[in-house]
Amino acid sequence: MTITEESPETTLEVGRARLRKEDQRLLTGRTRFTDNLSVPGMLYLGMVRSPIAHAKITSIDVAEAKASPGVIAVFTGADLADDVGPMPCGWPLSPEDKVPDYYPVAREEVNFAGEIVAVVVARSAAAARDATELVDVDYEDEQVVLDLEAAAAGSPYVHPDWETNVSTHWVFDSAEAGTGGDVKDEIDKARQDGIVLQRTFRQQRLIPAFMEPRSFLVDPTGDQIVFWSSTQVPHFLRVFTAIATSTPEHKIRVIAPDVGGGFGGKLEVTPEEFITFAVAKKLGKPVKYTETRSESLQGAHHGRDQVQRLTLAATKEGKVTALHVDLLANMGAYMGLVGPAIPILGAYMYNAIYKFAAYRFEVKNILTNMVRTDAYRGAGRPEATFAIERLMDDLAVELDMDPLELRAKNWITAEEFPFTTVAGFEYDSGNYEAATARAKELFDYDGLRAEQAERRARKDPVQLGIGISTYTEQCGLAPSRILGRLNYIAGGWEHAEVRMLPLGTVEVVVGTSPHGQGHETAWSQIVADKLGVAFEDVEVLHGDTQVAQRGLDTYGSRSLVVGATAVLKAADKVIEKAKPIAAHMLEASEDDLEFRGGHFWVKGTDTGKSLAEIAFAALQAHAWPEGIEPNLDSSASFDPDVYSYPHGTHLAAIEVDTETGAVAIRSYVAVDDIGKVVNPMIVEGQVHGGLTQGIAQALFEEAVYDENGTLVTGSFVDYLVPSAADTVDYVTDRTESPAVSNELGAKGVGEAGTIASTPAIVNGILDALRPFGVTDIEMPCTPMRVWKAIRGAEDSETPSEAQPHFDAEGGQA
Amino acid sequence: MRISVAVDGVTYSDDVEPRTLLVQYLREGLGKVGTLVGCDTTSCGACTVHLNGLSVKSCTILAVQADGCEVTTIEGMANDGQLHPVQQAFHENHALQCGFCTPGMIMQAASLLNENPDPSDREIREGLEGNLCRCTGYQNIVKAVRQAAGTIQ
Repeated sequence: MTITEESPETTLEVGRARLRKEDQRLLTGRTRFTDNLSVPGMLYLGMVRSPIAHAKITSIDVAEAKASPGVIAVFTGADLADDVGPMPCGWPLSPEDKVPDYYPVAREEVNFAGEIVAVVVARSAAAARDATELVDVDYEDEQVVLDLEAAAAGSPYVHPDWETNVSTHWVFDSAEAGTGGDVKDEIDKARQDGIVLQRTFRQQRLIPAFMEPRSFLVDPTGDQIVFWSSTQVPHFLRVFTAIATSTPEHKIRVIAPDVGGGFGGKLEVTPEEFITFAVAKKLGKPVKYTETRSESLQGAHHGRDQVQRLTLAATKEGKVTALHVDLLANMGAYMGLVGPAIPILGAYMYNAIYKFAAYRFEVKNILTNMVRTDAYRGAGRPEATFAIERLMDDLAVELDMDPLELRAKNWITAEEFPFTTVAGFEYDSGNYEAATARAKELFDYDGLRAEQAERRARKDPVQLGIGISTYTEQCGLAPSRILGRLNYIAGGWEHAEVRMLPLGTVEVVVGTSPHGQGHETAWSQIVADKLGVAFEDVEVLHGDTQVAQRGLDTYGSRSLVVGATAVLKAADKVIEKAKPIAAHMLEASEDDLEFRGGHFWVKGTDTGKSLAEIAFAALQAHAWPEGIEPNLDSSASFDPDVYSYPHGTHLAAIEVDTETGAVAIRSYVAVDDIGKVVNPMIVEGQVHGGLTQGIAQALFEEAVYDENGTLVTGSFVDYLVPSAADTVDYVTDRTESPAVSNELGAKGVGEAGTIASTPAIVNGILDALRPFGVTDIEMPCTPMRVWKAIRGAEDSETPSEAQPHFDAEGGQA
Repeated sequence: MRISVAVDGVTYSDDVEPRTLLVQYLREGLGKVGTLVGCDTTSCGACTVHLNGLSVKSCTILAVQADGCEVTTIEGMANDGQLHPVQQAFHENHALQCGFCTPGMIMQAASLLNENPDPSDREIREGLEGNLCRCTGYQNIVKAVRQAAGTIQ
């Protein structure tokens, strides 16, 4: 690909596949990932972690560790009791939620294997790690709570004083909310003269598995304590660190340098961060901690882990009338930063693209002796999409209808937008017909259906299935007023500053904090168009609270929709601010000026001044109109009124070898409507990566604990992040119905692929195996599980429960 | 133990603890932090470098095993400000997002092309099997390696 240089006046940057500005340093090893950074005199931490999932700590002996060569200090929970308070939970669903105290270093008890019980400080990382093995901890075992449904039902309890493992019970009911009918009435009616489907699906526990292990470096030697962190949320980190460590907020500077992926996994404020900060502050010395991959898998938060009990009612003609979702969500032992709210990020999405008459959603958040769950790419919405898209396929089977026709019978038609759903949210735009038509065409839907019939007829041992997912999602986190109603501690606005430098180049300072998304490139394109400056003349600054003072960071497909809108508003203010100065310079009335191509022109003439000239004049401030400050710098915040709703149709051709249970993706077509696109190259990259993570849930990944609560998928040998050899090329395309919620018309794309692809794959596998009587396979659909499902169905037996992963499937990849 | 290693064209002579991994020596001893560590089980490949022209995971080689060897890291791939064809192809095909797997992925891809100058897509995918990427879904990486193969030839 070659970049041609054209004048910004003639070619718009937005919409171009600009190669990324970020790449040069990343390609050549000139990176600033936190673990690459060093500060003179830096000490290193090693964490002593509990191997037991549930126990009282009866004694800790640190004498031998303290005497180990190179060890400076060893701290237990008691030692740090005055230095750091409990971990924050920013999103309990109500003030009555049961939120256990979670201390960065455990004090009297441990509640999951991997919980930190002591910290070693040493002159090298190796010395620190050596000494962690010399800390002697005595535990008094307690009963381990692992099974989600049993934990919901009763004892034993994770936190025995409460005599329950239920943290909260949260309900949305369309009849109560006035947004739809009564679910019970509709289900009763369908039992008489329609169809009622009841299903239980399990969303297995996943691990975000960002490639960069988390790393933190704290330098307390200046007036401000500088805190480098591999975080998605530097602004959150600053506030919560100030609170937890009783440090004045203005004395903390947080920097998120290069961050190696997040996927929600770094949307956290972690025990390790607080410990590193507290120890550095206590010792007055720079301190670094970098986790090992095993520590990351064990101690960083997990995602998903829900049991979905679903009831769907429909007419015999295939019109869905009601959906009842009854959810159990595994929180783990403690509440993460936004963990309790993950299920309700999906609560308004189970109705998806469809028009249901009645809807009820209820969730119980359950405590267990596992590491906490929290945001993972999609966060609540993949679970919702999986449930409804599986149900729609099952209903089509019941009715002997084409599953796409059934969907079309129920979805919101293009003419019906804006449409207020049964969950009470207004979808601003969309065109499900267009996306589906395009996907069918690219996929050769009819041809593959014919081939499927033919292979079924001749009993081909390799059967073909067609997997469908017509998803939507709620993006652009988020209107602050809605977040407030949902009891969230923060808002959802975003902030930006545009600085016009005296020589005509531009600094854009943003509150979003990218970690692979290419914001430096995309934001440059947006600003180049707006101000009429060259793409190369824009520098995007972020991820340092000293530079970007205000912001709410990057997650939830919000950065472009919310953050870039703030950038545009700030750029508008720059132009407004420049106008009176231009008028003064051109000796013209402001009314006679127009702004075009980076210049103010006197209308109808070729007399004008560029923004660069105006910025330089502002620097000089020699001749100056009264009442105007001598610079063009401007800042703006943006709080959206509504969410955005990307959608799309994904089709997967799946081949299942019925003799071995092996599953192969023959083709995958993704047609997404994400509104207006700034950089199609970056968008495609987001889709590819998102698809792969969703497919990994369907086929490969699962965090497995043994009966003692030990994570047995505690390394990349056992936790199966797919490799290049496990994945395929995708066919991607887009349809476009611009969002009306923001100036760009953008909807967000970060999570789309992950949300859409999991049900597409599982629906495809089941579609291949329907003739064998297979109706369900638990994820991940490993060859063993697929094979057993086929055999189970053939033997007229119910497929067995989830196999103990390790015993049964130890060898499978 | 005293070792002598040529890294990216410069010869270093240092005392190292026998248990020091090559990647630790590169990062902590030489400040070559362009080579990254992503796991502790030789699974992710982020630390891949070339040892006497062959790709190795530097987390699974002891520094002492590199004594007398030539090591090339990601920092030694560009020449006089000119990106290596694999680096250039990664840029042009958007084969990186967060960039954490990128050094290892590029070193492995370059090694693959040394061994097989005209690989099929399947051979590329299998040749990169030991390097994990969580961002890209691999499609653009495969495309980049294919393009680099054409450029090098």
